Amino acid sequence: MQRTLGDVIEEQVVNRVLSAGLAQGADFAEIFVEDVERSGVNLDDGRVENLSSSRDRGAGIRVISGETTGFAHTADLSEDRLLAAAKAAADAAKSPGGGVRTVEVAASEARGSSVAVPPGSVDKARKVALVRRADEVARAYHQAISQVSARQGDNRRRILVANSDGVFATDDQTRTNFAVTCVASGDTGLQTGYESIGHSIGFELFDRYDVDQLATNAAERAITKLEARPAPSGTHVVVIGPGSGGVLFHEACGHGLEADLVRKGASAFAGQVGKQVASPLVTLIDDGTMPGEWGHYAVDDEGQPASRNVLIEKGVLVDYMWDGNRARQDNRRSSGNGRRQSYRHLPMVRMTNTYLAPGDQTPDEIIAGVEKGVYVAKLGGGQVNTASGDFVFGMTEAYLIEDGKITSPLREGQLIGNGPKVLQQIDAVGNDFEMGPPGTCGKDGQGVPVGDGVPTLRVTEMTIGGTAA
Amino acid sequence: MTSSSSPSMSSSSKNASSINIDSAQLLTVASRLVEQAEPGEQLEVACGHSVSTTVRVYGGEVESFTNAESHGVGVRVIRDGREGFASAGTLDPALLDQTLADARDNSNYAEADPDAGIAEPDGIAAVDIDLWREEILSMSSQEKIDLAIQLERRVLDGDDRISGVRVSAYGDSAGAFALASSAGIRARSQATSASLSVQALADDDDRTQTGSAYDGARKAADLDLEWVADRAVSRAIDLIGASKPTSRTVSLVLDPHLSATVIGLIAGTLTGDRIIKKRSPFVDRVGEEVAATSLSFIDDPTDPDSLGADSHDGEGLACRSNPLVVDGVLQGYLFDSYNGRRAGTGSTGSAVRGTRGLPSPGIHALSVAAGTGGSLDELIAGVDEGVLVFSLAGLHSGVNPVSGDFSVGVEGRVIRNGQLAEPIGECTVGSTLQRLLMDISAVGSDRTHLPSGVSTPSLVIGDVMLSGATG
Repeated sequence: MQRTLGDVIEEQVVNRVLSAGLAQGADFAEIFVEDVERSGVNLDDGRVENLSSSRDRGAGIRVISGETTGFAHTADLSEDRLLAAAKAAADAAKSPGGGVRTVEVAASEARGSSVAVPPGSVDKARKVALVRRADEVARAYHQAISQVSARQGDNRRRILVANSDGVFATDDQTRTNFAVTCVASGDTGLQTGYESIGHSIGFELFDRYDVDQLATNAAERAITKLEARPAPSGTHVVVIGPGSGGVLFHEACGHGLEADLVRKGASAFAGQVGKQVASPLVTLIDDGTMPGEWGHYAVDDEGQPASRNVLIEKGVLVDYMWDGNRARQDNRRSSGNGRRQSYRHLPMVRMTNTYLAPGDQTPDEIIAGVEKGVYVAKLGGGQVNTASGDFVFGMTEAYLIEDGKITSPLREGQLIGNGPKVLQQIDAVGNDFEMGPPGTCGKDGQGVPVGDGVPTLRVTEMTIGGTAA
Repeated sequence: MTSSSSPSMSSSSKNASSINIDSAQLLTVASRLVEQAEPGEQLEVACGHSVSTTVRVYGGEVESFTNAESHGVGVRVIRDGREGFASAGTLDPALLDQTLADARDNSNYAEADPDAGIAEPDGIAAVDIDLWREEILSMSSQEKIDLAIQLERRVLDGDDRISGVRVSAYGDSAGAFALASSAGIRARSQATSASLSVQALADDDDRTQTGSAYDGARKAADLDLEWVADRAVSRAIDLIGASKPTSRTVSLVLDPHLSATVIGLIAGTLTGDRIIKKRSPFVDRVGEEVAATSLSFIDDPTDPDSLGADSHDGEGLACRSNPLVVDGVLQGYLFDSYNGRRAGTGSTGSAVRGTRGLPSPGIHALSVAAGTGGSLDELIAGVDEGVLVFSLAGLHSGVNPVSGDFSVGVEGRVIRNGQLAEPIGECTVGSTLQRLLMDISAVGSDRTHLPSGVSTPSLVIGDVMLSGATG
């Protein structure tokens, strides 16, 4: 049986560290070991500026006593330092004292991303050629393209999680990504166009995607916006295109369905399970098992298998997302959503791949039904205040809809809405579907990779933060 | 949480303080690696070591207590104009050598640039600034926990309408940084910091309003717990009953905290990498009037009162005071050594970095000059139709630093005829970074040093589009 990280830490050491964590009578002890290798190639200003690589390895030890969590971490994986970290975590958890428990865990089968071509095995010259190609294609697209940057990155993250409940799990995660940003220069100033892809797979990513097409998309977006007019202000009908629109659900309700926020009264969706919280057209799923997607993993950072969790079904709130801590408090199972940025961080409830199930209208029908509105083809990031439910997200490619047709391009602006209200105001969901670009979700200072996706959808009323009357 | 003097607690705090944060020792590690530089090779090594604690409390109990220790090394190699970089989260000698080997290998694949290179000493002497407060290391775990619990308690007791506290947290850190290079640079520093943060929740019928506040200082005793609690409480309860306003043109009134956010975004577009690569709306505009004549700001890390103060930049050059805008006229940009060489001006000592990444030019200690507009209350009294801003949302998704497009979510109170009126939310304000600078109509006299390292007075910005309900 192959054991990932078997070269880094011995099973007997894991047992002794967990026993040390419990030595003062704590309820729970856990060791999380992580080894991450990253590499990146950066092109900017017409030149491959640099290649970078990094290596991070360490362990975080968590001890829980009642409602209190003690946590310590170390980059030194010697048994002495691990035991010292376990003691520091136990001290911080202020355990009641007494009661020695020895822990024995048994290694389980290794899991991991499906990787055909490990990025570490790829010649660096091939990586350089990819970013060079993106630069050439984008600059050739139009003479108004004044600047191009491109980045290819990949990482391999191996984790081992063992705890005093007998969990011993490992995962071997590989992610590969590529991004191009173009600047177009015109009479109205500078505009930007961006395109990115990323999957939990190896270098076979570039068999699936054509770098020429990615560079062309980025260049075209920048050029189109040179002609853009200021976005309107006030409330409008908004049609959101497939793919990147997933960020709307991520912000409008995804965070509000994280059980840690629900518990603290910091979610507009607290106490709503079983209730109609959205239009009957809305079925929302968070699914960490989607092979190859950016938010995919075999086990979460608490050793629980990833799972497919229906959050909202036909508008009715089915369940929240859970990590181990919140599951223990409510005496239920974790939904496999316990994640952390690195061994230096405590796990908490996080999304994985969050998507809206397709409906039955064609995208053309959805747009044709709008007399005057805005079509958002590409969304950037967003932010939500989960307590009030108010959220914003940026539109990086948008157009006016006039008499049922997509017309003039619009400059960038932000959309603002209230999550619970917007969910009720979705009046059309398309039969198309795409996953959006790779995302990094930030919460309490920790960033983790997430995916999201939507079909075309329509919201009857959202506020557009433009500057035109 | 129970007793305040459990033996386990005191032993853990002793463990923390026994860890030795020593920049001289780090500099020795960095210098030894630099001695391996081969002929014709430029080599720069940055080493970091820090310890930190974070206490989060909820419902009067410790929710989590984190003891953290981090190491890091970043190695930059330039050979024949080709740059390579590698980093590792450790100072383990075997991995230091591996990191150097990785950086060398990476340099083989970059494309040559005659301007690529590490910083050359420029003869400017560093100002000695003491950023270290030993008290951080001797503080007991229980004292830290007590601060976070007191903060939560004061918020909950602050007003009947406060329904909860999402998080109340205390954090501190002590860190050392050292940099050595084959150009002969040897620089080191050590700094401590402490912070308190809280988010208050207030009941508002079927909605919940929030108020957040934060304070930071070099040591815990300098934190203003009462101010943090009171600001979070007042921000949350002052938003009760907030509604979506009708779209219209307004003046924004920004207290020093919000001014720091907006001026910080603008100053971020004046960094040398954005200028050299023509990714800023302020390219080629030195000498032009880019802002209202009442506005002047500089980046001044030599001001010991600023929390952004430092003696050396991220390439080991002396930090210095760099004027950016004086009486509305653009004076120049912030450069690291690479971009400074390309610009022909040299570095302005403005490189920023950690050990995990390459240096790039950035802001250290932005300082906006006080104006003649008086206090925040006086500025409000002078506005006919405006918004006193409590928070801005979506700064990363709503501000494009290349085009200057600016559209962000806003919460705050309406100002009508010089008086504070109803609260508003679920709306945005829109303009461009270029216009925001020109539209500054008043600069307050209340210049304040903020935890972010920015020092600024309150500002009034006219002619901003408030977008809410279609009116």
